[in-house]
Amino acid sequence: MKYEDAVAKYDPVIGIEVHVELGTATKMFDAAPNSFGGGANTNVTPVSLGLPGALPSVNRTAVEYAVKIGLALGCEIAESCRFARKNYFYPDVPKNFQTSQYDEPIAFDGSVDVELDDGEIITVPIERAHMEEDAGKNTHVGGSSGRIHGAEYSLVDYNRAGVPLVEIVTRPITGTGAGAPEVASSYVRTLRDIFRALGVSEARMEQGNVRADINVSLRPSPDAPLGTRTETKNVNSFRSIERAVRFEIVRQAELLDAGETVVQETRHFHEDTGETSPGRVKSDADDYRYFPEPDLVPLVPPRDWIEELRSGLPELPAERRRRLLGEWGFSELEMRDIINAGLLDAIEQTVSAGASPAAARKWWTGEISRLAKQDDREPAELATPVQVAELAELIEAGKLNDKLARKVLAGVIAGEGSPRDVMAGRGLEIVEDTGALQEAVEQAIADNPDVVEKIRGGKMQAIGALMGPIMKATRGQADAGKAREMIIERINA
Amino acid sequence: MSEKSAITSAEVAHLADLARIAMSEEELSSLTGDLNTILANVARVSEVATEDVPATSHPIPLSNVMREDVVGETLTAAEALAGAPAADGDKFVVPQILGED
Repeated sequence: MKYEDAVAKYDPVIGIEVHVELGTATKMFDAAPNSFGGGANTNVTPVSLGLPGALPSVNRTAVEYAVKIGLALGCEIAESCRFARKNYFYPDVPKNFQTSQYDEPIAFDGSVDVELDDGEIITVPIERAHMEEDAGKNTHVGGSSGRIHGAEYSLVDYNRAGVPLVEIVTRPITGTGAGAPEVASSYVRTLRDIFRALGVSEARMEQGNVRADINVSLRPSPDAPLGTRTETKNVNSFRSIERAVRFEIVRQAELLDAGETVVQETRHFHEDTGETSPGRVKSDADDYRYFPEPDLVPLVPPRDWIEELRSGLPELPAERRRRLLGEWGFSELEMRDIINAGLLDAIEQTVSAGASPAAARKWWTGEISRLAKQDDREPAELATPVQVAELAELIEAGKLNDKLARKVLAGVIAGEGSPRDVMAGRGLEIVEDTGALQEAVEQAIADNPDVVEKIRGGKMQAIGALMGPIMKATRGQADAGKAREMIIERINA
Repeated sequence: MSEKSAITSAEVAHLADLARIAMSEEELSSLTGDLNTILANVARVSEVATEDVPATSHPIPLSNVMREDVVGETLTAAEALAGAPAADGDKFVVPQILGED
């Protein structure tokens, strides 16, 4: 079945669980560093390993970050909440339970506005945001990998075990129709941007700092009760999120069309095929026997602390985007390109340093991005906003044209100093000496009588044919506008 | 035994399964009896609990015990692995999980 037919026939409903790893210095319940790199099983304490008698203690900064996330998502912050044990056996969970929150999350009942590509705003309802800890990492060895013939086992590194997470759960998102895949990915992107603006996480999808579980169900019409949902786990890129939603919508529509039923289950997404497949089928998979964590006392976030955090919230991405859009006068599309390229900060700082928004945008999204891509680097690593602003100022003042400015920029990137230094050092300033320019113009006119004849006859575009020799004579340093004026003046004289 | 069991032998078997504890029929039956006695005793608490006594998960009136986000002492990989039944290099070795991807 085609996707278009599936969404024409059925009303998709999605729900998303996002896990974000907090960028604290230490883990959620112990003082082991929350960092990667270094040897396996070195960022661990007896608490990370769940050794007998080890007692957890709550990281104040992690709680602060969770509250900030809750506030940014318009949630209520619990008057009182507690931690709970989620019991299951898996080797990456050394305690045989994950310390999480169950019936008393720290934040609940919020919403977040998500802007789609066409500018439409969808309000996604947030059910809850709760604190928990990450698991360690399993590496499967043996069998097909052939490391030890016939051996099948896993290696476990607990460096990540206990890293603070906040899980954000939406209510069912309805009314998206065919736009469900885009709403899902835009929602996660919006959260990602919020985490970064809050400074609570590096929020790098490719590093697994942000992971999404995607619930999809279909119903015959928007008035019908919700259908049976599937949950596709750990979808880790925006593109994969869209593909997973599309795939599930089509797969479920085909089942329903064939008179079959959708099985409520966990599924896995496969990057290579874009398909999902069922996960482990375990009848007791959801029987986690949650109970209050006896080793941790309740959290009663003081109201004055909450208000202090609320008043200290930074400008959130959506507000900032609206403000800058108004100030800069770019189109929505231009603005989205800037954001997707991660150039908003650089351009804003370049404008603050004195450049026009148009010039700042042109250099960052143009030449600098191009050079960065060539070297597989980030644009912000090549030049500073102050340097770009200075470059724009030199162009504005008529001392550089675009071609020369690109050479100056190359010098700046090569570490030859500020744009002014490079311009002086490489002798790239536009020739102000009208004598030299006049000479070049005279020579070009004398050498090309046929072109001059055309210009006299009204063919103004023929002027271009004279610019080449002029630029050549002045080593590209002539002000093209001025040269043009001089040609017209000379010919009409 | 009370005439109506608070917990059935099937529930105990389910819990044993979740806890990965193999139990014989005799053990199940004996444990079900023990658990029912314990539950009956605990249930007596509700006889003295009145409406002005709120339910609690923590008997000590303590809240907001938090630590500062400062890195402390950690174990070395060798220390971490000291009690492990099996290790390979600096990682723990565990049996393959059935049905794992």
